[in-house]
Amino acid sequence: MPTISVDKAALFKELGRDYTTEEFDELCFEFGIELDEDDRPIVDGVQEPPQLKIEIPANRYDLLCFEGIALMLNIFLGRVSLPEYKLTKPAKMEQIIVKEDTTKIRPYVSGAILRGVKFDQARYESFIALQDKLHQNLARARTLVSIGTHDYDTVQGPFTYDAQAPKDIKFTPLNQTQEMNGEELMNFYEKHQQLGKYLHIIRDSPVYPVIYDSKKTVCSLPPIINSDHSKISLNTTNIFIEITALDRTKLEIVNRMMVTMFSQYTSEPFTIEPVQIVSEHNNETRVTPDIAPRIAQAEVSYINQCCGLELSPAEICTKLTKMSYRAKPSSTSADIIDVEIPPTRADVLHQCDIMEDVAIAYGFNSLPRDFPQISGTIAQPLPINKLTDIVRVETAMAGWSEVMPLILCSHDENFGWLNRKDDGNTAVKLANPKTTEFQVVRTSLLPGLLKTIRENKHHSVPMKIFEVSDVAFKDMSMERKSRNERHFAAAFYGKSGGFEIVHGLLDRIMAMLKTAFITGEEGLENPAVTDSQYYIKETDDSTYFPGHAGTIHVRIGGKDQVIGSFGVLHPTVLENYELKYPVSALELNVEAFL
Amino acid sequence: METDLTNPILDALSASDAPILASKAFPSIPSLKVKSALDRLGSRQMVDWKALEKEIVTLTKEGEEIAANGSHEAKVFAAVVAAMDGLKIADLPNIVGKDNAKVGQGNAFKRGWIKKDKDLLRASTESIVDETQQILIGVQKTKALSDAKALQDLKRRKLVSLAKEHDYEIFKGPKYAREFVKEETDLTPEMIASGSWKTTAFKSKNFNAKGAITPSGTFHPLNKVRQEFRNIFFEMGFEEMPTNRFVETGFWNFDALFVPQQHPARDLQDTFYISDPAVADGPRADAPNDPHCPKSKDGEKPLDYQEYWDNVREVHEHGKFGSIGYRYPWSADESLRLVLRTHTTSISTYMLHKLAANPRPARYFSIDRVFRNEAVDATHLAEFHQIEGVIADFGLTLGGLIGFMEVFFAKMGIHQLRFKPAYNPYTEPSMEIFGYHAGLGKWVEIGNSGMFRPEMLESMGLPKGLRVYGWGLSLERPTMIKYAVSNIRELLGHKVDLNFIESNPAVRLEKD
Repeated sequence: MPTISVDKAALFKELGRDYTTEEFDELCFEFGIELDEDDRPIVDGVQEPPQLKIEIPANRYDLLCFEGIALMLNIFLGRVSLPEYKLTKPAKMEQIIVKEDTTKIRPYVSGAILRGVKFDQARYESFIALQDKLHQNLARARTLVSIGTHDYDTVQGPFTYDAQAPKDIKFTPLNQTQEMNGEELMNFYEKHQQLGKYLHIIRDSPVYPVIYDSKKTVCSLPPIINSDHSKISLNTTNIFIEITALDRTKLEIVNRMMVTMFSQYTSEPFTIEPVQIVSEHNNETRVTPDIAPRIAQAEVSYINQCCGLELSPAEICTKLTKMSYRAKPSSTSADIIDVEIPPTRADVLHQCDIMEDVAIAYGFNSLPRDFPQISGTIAQPLPINKLTDIVRVETAMAGWSEVMPLILCSHDENFGWLNRKDDGNTAVKLANPKTTEFQVVRTSLLPGLLKTIRENKHHSVPMKIFEVSDVAFKDMSMERKSRNERHFAAAFYGKSGGFEIVHGLLDRIMAMLKTAFITGEEGLENPAVTDSQYYIKETDDSTYFPGHAGTIHVRIGGKDQVIGSFGVLHPTVLENYELKYPVSALELNVEAFL
Repeated sequence: METDLTNPILDALSASDAPILASKAFPSIPSLKVKSALDRLGSRQMVDWKALEKEIVTLTKEGEEIAANGSHEAKVFAAVVAAMDGLKIADLPNIVGKDNAKVGQGNAFKRGWIKKDKDLLRASTESIVDETQQILIGVQKTKALSDAKALQDLKRRKLVSLAKEHDYEIFKGPKYAREFVKEETDLTPEMIASGSWKTTAFKSKNFNAKGAITPSGTFHPLNKVRQEFRNIFFEMGFEEMPTNRFVETGFWNFDALFVPQQHPARDLQDTFYISDPAVADGPRADAPNDPHCPKSKDGEKPLDYQEYWDNVREVHEHGKFGSIGYRYPWSADESLRLVLRTHTTSISTYMLHKLAANPRPARYFSIDRVFRNEAVDATHLAEFHQIEGVIADFGLTLGGLIGFMEVFFAKMGIHQLRFKPAYNPYTEPSMEIFGYHAGLGKWVEIGNSGMFRPEMLESMGLPKGLRVYGWGLSLERPTMIKYAVSNIRELLGHKVDLNFIESNPAVRLEKD
């Protein structure tokens, strides 16, 4: 969630009163934003004015700047109503003419003009900061949308939005003194702390997006940088805003946010001069910004049912006013409210959003509380979890300690360190781990047990630990191309005697699962009790010490299958996991017993 | 036992009911020995006793010597008198020894016992009283000296030292008897067979020490807390969901939950994507033999997965079911990417979609591992457990969700809740749940809740009137708060201390 810093004194002045930290925290809480910090920062040894750090819900772009927070809180408090935003009707409308080549890189553009803006330091900084917040959040680090703002008096429309070869674009970037072309610019900003991270968006494209004025002066190279020529300053009064994008919806949201937030500083407040976008090749010719409220309808019964309230349509409309809507009961139906969703509220998609705002305006914590009736649902555990609990309980009762290592591990831990080979068809591999600790989803519980022992060498020996949990395997027959498998594993770490103890644990668990032991010589042991049996065969498995390992076979309903193995781990495995004493381990798939 | 004092003490007490003093009755026995006998007798209530402590004065080696043979000055005086006609000063050390000569000569002058006559010492009195010796003999007898100045003087001269002496005042106890019978420690099979236990005296057990350490197995603390939560869900009629599925598709993990494809949660920075296997299939019916999937019941209409897929695409791209949607070009490829599930809500979605075959009230829960590609720190791991609950029913209200949460959290001892409006792409309204933590003295965020969006539910084919609550919290966070664990790595993963696992007490959420 984005966090916005606002000047405390200025905000309280806008809100018409002072608040204690507790009072303001309470206001934020009820409205659905979060006071993070009430801070008095010291910058370079100088006491800055007190700041409030406020966390904003990620879909409330209208709260990403001081102006928006002040306005929306004032509306919530009933101190003001939503301003009526207006488009002016200029004698000659400014134009941005879009060339077809822009479809190759960044196809959409939008624009607006703010006339007679009065900046002061705080407003100017807020104007810059809002662009930054929109770039970071809604615009996904400028990939989807980027904003250029210009001193309108330094350029001359109509503007052209084109896409050209990097070499053919020449201009002096913002706050630089030397002219460079697109290629040189990429090299120049490669190591730049702020801009370096945006270069990739267009760098390898044969054409770069560019905005020219009518005299072929470059205004900006979206989404990287504006030109120095048209830069805005504290003294700028007429601002030309151009916005380019890959996403049409977000493009217009960004435009609406910029103009609704800053049109309050224009000579005639809340008026915006529109710009015509001429874009014949993709049928995008239109006038921007579109600041008309969206007309929607909400059902009174739906709102009341969801909230558990019995509000009249008029009462609902009053609540909605606090949340910056204009609303009135419909003239055609008693169950309908006609709602004007203001251009600031891009987050409202469905009447459920309107319903939520009624609940917020009413106060979540004031809603009448009841308890959902029990509609005869039946509690039950997941069968595999019930089986798991049987194995866990029996193992713990036998004196073993349960551990909980991580599910992700390194490729080596899962394969090489266990003397196992990766056949490429076994493990699920991660594409983007931040560290080598997390390369694969484990296919065995052993790495986690061995790492747990490694990290617990201060513990007395012997150590007897176990885990019953999931591993995952690649499985191309499944929709998700993988499947989990519930395993049981135990490890004994001590000077001697581990093999028999682990073997004994296996016998105990099998007995508790009503599975009888059979061997070649002795025949069935108690065959009448169960049709589930198990036997062990010596195995040659490089994870284990030769001659000291066996595979575990079960015969359930006459069908034989190998469910796991146990034995003394190979000394090279111990070496890989930095273990000094022998380890006897057991791992089996419990799903056969489901 | 060479000096078992138990019987002598009992003997000494037998004379009268008056208490005795150990130092009087057994002056030569070291107090430690007395103490151990008293402990044995005391444990059987045969005697009571009071420890006394007093300061005593004892003679140093030099002091003992003076008490026996006189002070240095007395020796000097005796030597002078013995010389009859004056003693040559130079001869003095040879007669009384160097040390005596040095100290004794000065003191004898000071006391006016001798005088100097050229190089001779002569007696200036006929007889003397050797006070130092007298005092030291007195101290030797009484181990005390009331004259503080004299005591100070003797201490300075290193003739006496001060020490603490333990003494015991001993009384008859409630079970006093003349004889201390040897006790047995343990009841044995032989005693039971012979009946000798009836006449045998048993030593009582020591209740001030711990017993032998019992070898015991144990559950992991997080699983203990997990079981408490599972019990709460079972108590409230919830069915456990099949969360044994770590790998999900973009479709189930995000798209079906109405999380737009450009949502930051879908960034490489936040979500683990799978490189191998690379691409999933679109949503489809479960394999009929999959033991973990819920079985469809007779008479349920089959689910149309293609329709579901199309609805999801439509509601994102153009809007549907009364929603204007996100209005962006929705990518099927993005939806078929494989991810490690970032929440178990992907499974809730799968279960709710199943419900569309026969829409009815349902309560589901799960507690299982989820994965986030986060940088690891004290409160973040790439893996943690999500506790999730879902209630589907007709006519659910927001007040019902709040009321339910109050009951749910009361079962774990949290009785004051408040709710903050929040944003979540798949719930509307969304409420963050804050609980008042008396120990911390503040409101702590304890979970997230809401009603699933119609875009999500109606895409599944669920009827408009069926509303669904969803809420979730992590298993680790409440555990860390309850047990004051400050670093999540001390709770989950291979670095957890096995001793911590083995000594962690049983979990009683409603009580702790």
